Amino acid sequence: MHIIENGNVAAALGVLLCRVNVIAAYPITPQTPLTERLSEYVESGEMQAEYIPVESEHSALAVCIAASSAGARTFTATSANGLLYMHEQVQWAAGARLPIVMCVVNRAVGAPWNVWNDQQDSISQRDTGWIQMYCSDHQQIIDAVIKAYWLAEKVSIPIMVCYDGYILSHTYMPFDVPDQEKVDAFLSPFRPDYALNPDQPANLNTVTLPDVRMDVRGELAHGYMEIRYLLQEEMRTSLTVAAEAEKRFADIFGRGGDPYIEPYLCADAQYIAVGLGSLTYQLRVSVDVLRKEGIKVGVMGVRFYRPFPDEALAEALKGKKGVIVFEKALSYGYEGALVSDLKSALYDHLAGTGVMPMVQNIILGIGGRDIRTEDLTQALRAAAKSRVSRQPVWIGLKL
Amino acid sequence: MQAKTTILSLPTQEFVHPGTRACTGCGLAIAYRVGLKALGKDTILIVPPSCLTVLQGLFPIASTKLPCLNVTFASTAAAATGILAALKSQGKTNIKVAAWAGDGGTSDIGLQALSGAAERGDNFIYLCYDNEGYMNTGAQRSGTTPIGALTANTPFKGKLQQKKDVPAIMAAHNLSYIAACSASYPLDLFDKIRKCVDMPGTKYIHIHIPCPPGWGYDPRYGIKIGRLAVETGYYDLYEIVNGEFKLTAASEKLVEKRKLIPVREYFRSQSRFKILADTQIAEIQHQIDAKWAGYYKKDE
Repeated sequence: MHIIENGNVAAALGVLLCRVNVIAAYPITPQTPLTERLSEYVESGEMQAEYIPVESEHSALAVCIAASSAGARTFTATSANGLLYMHEQVQWAAGARLPIVMCVVNRAVGAPWNVWNDQQDSISQRDTGWIQMYCSDHQQIIDAVIKAYWLAEKVSIPIMVCYDGYILSHTYMPFDVPDQEKVDAFLSPFRPDYALNPDQPANLNTVTLPDVRMDVRGELAHGYMEIRYLLQEEMRTSLTVAAEAEKRFADIFGRGGDPYIEPYLCADAQYIAVGLGSLTYQLRVSVDVLRKEGIKVGVMGVRFYRPFPDEALAEALKGKKGVIVFEKALSYGYEGALVSDLKSALYDHLAGTGVMPMVQNIILGIGGRDIRTEDLTQALRAAAKSRVSRQPVWIGLKL
Repeated sequence: MQAKTTILSLPTQEFVHPGTRACTGCGLAIAYRVGLKALGKDTILIVPPSCLTVLQGLFPIASTKLPCLNVTFASTAAAATGILAALKSQGKTNIKVAAWAGDGGTSDIGLQALSGAAERGDNFIYLCYDNEGYMNTGAQRSGTTPIGALTANTPFKGKLQQKKDVPAIMAAHNLSYIAACSASYPLDLFDKIRKCVDMPGTKYIHIHIPCPPGWGYDPRYGIKIGRLAVETGYYDLYEIVNGEFKLTAASEKLVEKRKLIPVREYFRSQSRFKILADTQIAEIQHQIDAKWAGYYKKDE
């Protein structure tokens, strides 16, 4: 069914369709309309779930961690400082290998206080062991939530579905809401191999030693390092599983594409703008303008940020003259996190081949600073001409 | 009123394997062993970092025979909420949820989550085992360390502030059941857990836990010191049932006896109080006497 709604409602509908058992949330702008909508579904009886209005984001994820450990499908959502307050639990959920899905409605972090959009919040959680998906429109939000549950439960790794605050969360767009029967065909009920159960008592997440240790039967059990190695290995494997998810999704719902990247006019492009989220759709407008001027540019949206689709990106970008990475977040003291990751991928896959593109980094839209399409166009035009020596380049700055 | 459990009627089934990693003479080992007997098999436990994390053992060997979720320090009560929500969504109504946290994990870092769960009225038992400090990390002060106690981070002057009264904080949440217990009176703990287990909402049980390394005494005297805390009127055993406060067990008997052991004996039994001056002890004795005068008056 096609409807016109905002991005938060798209996410809420995805959660409803996935028959989530336990939802825990603490209010923070711009996430609130999403969780308010979920409380409406639960209170009205439209959704058979437990909705827990917790007293903090730390507890929101604590509820999800415990409920998931007891075998429930769980959901939470947050933004900005809420996500930062959760940070300990974010790490814990990944270490405990729980398939929690969380929407991060991207917002700038304090100090100073700022409620507007950038992506510093989710980018700062890059190294926590969560899969991160970025959405560019409302259709991608609802679809990503559905895909996320399938993937998370397949690989036992939690997933953040990230979308830009206000730009997506509060704007209205048409999108298709899949039929419940199709979602049920795509996603089976959550039945974990193991859940807390008095008939099979186990002590979960106990102190684990640096080295391996024998259990009472004399069998070697993992040490902390083995457990963490497996998280890394299975994160890498989840790239393949994500492709499987995308294919299954396309088979059932009739839409989808590349699970990792979303290219626009990239095939013959000499210069490619790269970014995360809604910005890449805005960049398409600039690409159209520059194409008319005869400048061969394209845009590449990165839909999967962790695990990082290094190979897919290197393959798509090889032989290009330049890559310009636009970011609404940065690793203070260096550059954008995405550009660092991308350069590393290019080095790994293309070093010495002679097809390595020049890479530039543009920081913009921090704390909701207006991103004008003219500025994007001008920045791309300039980047296509020559590389500025001092990187990253900030645009829209009024100093 | 239920019959009092005796050492002969205590269930023989054990839920803690012998050979835990608790210190010799640990009061928690007693309270935990007896407490799990009261909770029984169909229970899911939640444990934040604390001495209990150590007692429970190192992966892949655990000393507890009940399912247990180890959680982050500040999240104990919220985790209880999460397990309850999962059980409810699965239609499992016969499984109890019990959180066991230390005094730091309760009175300090875990208080927000505990207050949240209690305010929501989530149906579980929260047991705070109070050894009056961060004993697991080397005996630093906590919110419930008593005034005058030397700790690893109040090394010369002792703690200058009063002990935080967590049961009173929980009483402000209008819980169906609150109790103060002691590891030195394990059968009283057993009966109190059994009494509240089917009561609605959040139940809070505070357990005074003598700690040989943290309090500074020979391990063999732990039970005696825990009893002294009660017999001097310094730590009271009581319950608050639907808002009604009542002294129980040994403390109740002290009201009849009208005679308390001087608190000096309690303080002089532990090296952590060695800098407590006679004048300070006299002042604390005065506070105890005033508190008990109130109890006597109520009894008349």
